[in-house]
Amino acid sequence: MEYVLIIIGAVFVHNIVLTQFLGVCPFLGVSTKVSTAIGMSGAVMFVLTLATMVTWIIQHTILDNFGIGYLQTITFILVIAALVQMVEIILKKASPSMYQALGIFLPLITTNCAVLGVAILTIQKDYSLMEGVVFAIANSIGFGLALILFSGLREHMQLMDLPKGMKGIPAALIVAGILALAFMGFTGLVK
Amino acid sequence: MNNMQNFTKGFIKENPVFVLLLGMCPTLGVTSSAINGLGMGLATTFVLVMSNLVVSLVKNQIPDKVRIPSFIVIIASFVTIVDLLMAGYAPALHEQLGLFIPLIVVNCIVLGRAEAFASRNTVGSSVIDGLGMGLGFAFALTILGAAREILGAGRVFGINLHMFPEGIDGMLVFILAPGAFIVLGYLIALINKINKA
Repeated sequence: MEYVLIIIGAVFVHNIVLTQFLGVCPFLGVSTKVSTAIGMSGAVMFVLTLATMVTWIIQHTILDNFGIGYLQTITFILVIAALVQMVEIILKKASPSMYQALGIFLPLITTNCAVLGVAILTIQKDYSLMEGVVFAIANSIGFGLALILFSGLREHMQLMDLPKGMKGIPAALIVAGILALAFMGFTGLVK
Repeated sequence: MNNMQNFTKGFIKENPVFVLLLGMCPTLGVTSSAINGLGMGLATTFVLVMSNLVVSLVKNQIPDKVRIPSFIVIIASFVTIVDLLMAGYAPALHEQLGLFIPLIVVNCIVLGRAEAFASRNTVGSSVIDGLGMGLGFAFALTILGAAREILGAGRVFGINLHMFPEGIDGMLVFILAPGAFIVLGYLIALINKINKA
């Protein structure tokens, strides 16, 4: 039951993009086509879950044990950067077809604040390793949901006739605002 | 480019938020009031100036292949310094900004300036570039925060403007998440209009 609450909370109520503002850069950057949005969501889910797992283990076995919690930011970002590189190399060898699909998104993920954000949130919320993994998967589903919904909307928006200054990002941001308004309807579903 | 142009380009012409569209996460996340926006902007400015300074000092010693990880370590060190300083001297602001302070590390502006500017320019101009870009970022965040605070609560920097009738606090939606997207959208449209005119 607890896991179900974590999932509903992270996907709908505290949606990572639309209410927490993590991962807004890829949300705006790769949302012009539904197919790229799906690829990006897949890559984020993969890296985010793996990164949360690894950083949780490092926090609880190394940082806490030696009382060097203040090195959290430096350690986590380096671990994530190394992890992304490693995933890229392994994927290239092991599954070229998957690499073809996700490859171009992987380098972008290092600077996706969703990955570092979820890793730190998992520690702050004092989750166990299993809860942390569920939380990470739920957050990446939430990211994917917002990204795919938004890219569907943006595909339609290309046909709209807008004033010059509003074209592109400004109109996209306002649509994102309305999408966030819709997600506010879930407030209070889970505390 | 002379020093003055180098400094002022960050405000309107190459404003990191309104024109380059970098660092969107903190921009949207912390601007529920003008003071939060200013605090975040100044914290980022500090990191930007210091990392530009150090990167431009050591740029010739770092092998090309490992330059990105090295830049990230330099940036992360200064972010940790800011995090600890804020926790010590401005605990209320630190509480408000929360998760977004460690996330300065992944703010594309900081790494972007280190890679695009500081790694190939002199120490002096790198510091000026960092200061200009950082203050431009702070400027954008303060404007956005002020706009949201005025619309959402009828106040700016905590001063009541008495613009709503008695008993109405303001349009709450602008303080909440959707307002961030909508206000930023209109501000960027406005800047587009100014820049093209």
